[in-house]
Amino acid sequence: MRENYLIEVQNLKKYFPVKGMRGPGVQAVENVSFGISQGETLGLVGESGCGKTTLGRTILRLYEPTQGRILYRNEPIFDSGDLPVVDEAGRESRSRPAAVNMLPYRRKMQIIFQDPSASLDPRMTVGEIIGEAIDIHRLAAGKRERTEMIRELLYQVGLNTEHANRYPHEFSGGQQQRVGIARALAVKPEFIVCDEPISALDVSIQSQIVNMLEDMQKELGLTYLFIAHDLSVVRHISNRIGVMYLGCLVELAESYELNRNPIHPYTKTLLSAVPVPDPQVSRSRKRIVLEGDIPSPMNPPSGCRFHTRCPYATERCKQEVPPFREHAPGHFAACHLLD
Amino acid sequence: MNDKKLLEVKDLKVSFFTPAGEVKAVGGITYDLNNGEIMGIVGESGSGKSVEAYSILGLLQSPGKVIGGSVTFEGEDVLAFDKRKMESFRGNKVSMIFQNPMTSLNPVYTVGNQLIEALRTHNRTISRAQAGQRAVEMLKLVGINNPEKRMKQYPHEFSGGMRQRVMIAMGLICSPRLLIADEPTTALDVTIQAQILELMKDIQSKTHMAIIFITHNLGVVAEICDKVSVMYAGKIVEQGSVNDIFYSPGHPYTLGLLRSMPRVDAQEYERLIPIEGTPVDMLNPPEGCPFAPRCQQCMKLCLQKMPPYVELGGGHRAACWLRVQEQVNGVDTAGRADSGEADSHA
Repeated sequence: MRENYLIEVQNLKKYFPVKGMRGPGVQAVENVSFGISQGETLGLVGESGCGKTTLGRTILRLYEPTQGRILYRNEPIFDSGDLPVVDEAGRESRSRPAAVNMLPYRRKMQIIFQDPSASLDPRMTVGEIIGEAIDIHRLAAGKRERTEMIRELLYQVGLNTEHANRYPHEFSGGQQQRVGIARALAVKPEFIVCDEPISALDVSIQSQIVNMLEDMQKELGLTYLFIAHDLSVVRHISNRIGVMYLGCLVELAESYELNRNPIHPYTKTLLSAVPVPDPQVSRSRKRIVLEGDIPSPMNPPSGCRFHTRCPYATERCKQEVPPFREHAPGHFAACHLLD
Repeated sequence: MNDKKLLEVKDLKVSFFTPAGEVKAVGGITYDLNNGEIMGIVGESGSGKSVEAYSILGLLQSPGKVIGGSVTFEGEDVLAFDKRKMESFRGNKVSMIFQNPMTSLNPVYTVGNQLIEALRTHNRTISRAQAGQRAVEMLKLVGINNPEKRMKQYPHEFSGGMRQRVMIAMGLICSPRLLIADEPTTALDVTIQAQILELMKDIQSKTHMAIIFITHNLGVVAEICDKVSVMYAGKIVEQGSVNDIFYSPGHPYTLGLLRSMPRVDAQEYERLIPIEGTPVDMLNPPEGCPFAPRCQQCMKLCLQKMPPYVELGGGHRAACWLRVQEQVNGVDTAGRADSGEADSHA
């Protein structure tokens, strides 16, 4: 049975060619498949360089995928071709290459960036920044409606309407992020990629933005892909969490299930490494400390990409790529030890 | 010897004289640190936590200036040191590691060269060969494999976590009594952060030096510190042992920080309780308590006068009028104008 996902990726790969080097180059995203249902938040965690941002951008086709397929409401927005497809009658065939015009989809799919000061044009006023999105998609019938929409958006994200005439540098980091959110909301999207939206903010501001994103989701029925390296925030906001390591999705589960019962060795390590703001808990628990650093995605290890740092790695892990399989209802992982 | 006071900071005031006016980055802070203790300084960006550390080491740059107070290290007045005395104080007695290891290592010298230089600058009598040996020992201590080979490599050949290990090795090479770590793990990934924290705890237990750990991450504080100072707008609003701070916070700001974070051990969804409003504009700080405009329990008095420290027992102190009132009569009395009501400017 096929689930009805709002957005789905299948066997997605993104390689960045490196000048003067043979081979595929940087293998930033390797064979990732998952779907996100309407109104759901999927969290994506992993260390820097694991490809989580690249994955987010590739889904929006801000980067052109190298291989695989992306479906939006079951319509392909990218297909490299040659993937097996089963149609409604159960016939199997091969998919056709497709790369559609993204403009109509851009209205449906938006992104909020990590660094608000770098993602807002310093020479445009806040009103122009938000208005630009409205203009491109011709959402306002006239000038008055346009102004009204901008005011409404500013109010929605907790800013004053007179802020429309100010420039980004006149705002604090938290307020700039609110502008970034208003800009993303301007086109009335259904799906938003939140790429580390709170990492650059002060601790006391982070929770304000998290709460606001939650309220927006309830009010507007939004679907989020929430990318962050802070596991505690991701777990708080997400329905399900995917864990990435070196371009691969290694585990995917409902968020509290993942926390209670992680099954991939990397997820276990990651969970035990997160500092807990409670001295008694943090001093009494046992921590798994990994040896070494993340290998380069330019030359990833053979077999399971985690085998070089995995305390339980066997000979098989070095040879074979572990399949991404369902081990309990809704709990997926890619590890040979679980077979 | 372990109970001896190592560092005493009294009413330290640091200001930056900018064209727009005086910014009181540090507005009179007081604390002391014993041998072998790890103290955390927590605060948001702009709260003055780094400036305070820089001024202890005489690293403040113009237009920053220490305008009052005293810093005493092992009985000596640090602020009165001349340039030469300061240079031998740095490195030999106190050293510092910084947030971003890439910008604090020189890219055109080998790591070995830089370690040897650090040692020989502070200790002229040691030979190059001896210094090299000591550098290899230090790299081993911080868990770098193959130290002889790594000595000949340049910083770009090290990963982020390895560079931070090199920085720690450099900070420790002269065996200082106090290490100031300014957000040493902020730029690192959680698994690497875990490695570095383990390493620092391990080294601390071997060398018994004191550490001042500057961070904005309360999780890291819970992990490593013995005591904590919470800074807000250039003032220490609360200090005490880790248990005091995490289990019985005395200042509304501390409580607000703790409540605004999702807990890793939460078993189900709980909505976060944020601190409303925005951090203080340091050019125009409010009269009275700097946190008052964002405080849920703000009273009239809070907007007029800075509260004094109230001793809550066992070295736990907080600067808050609520605690003053409790201590005076146990129950709240006059002066509480609109209690319980959010008084933010948002």
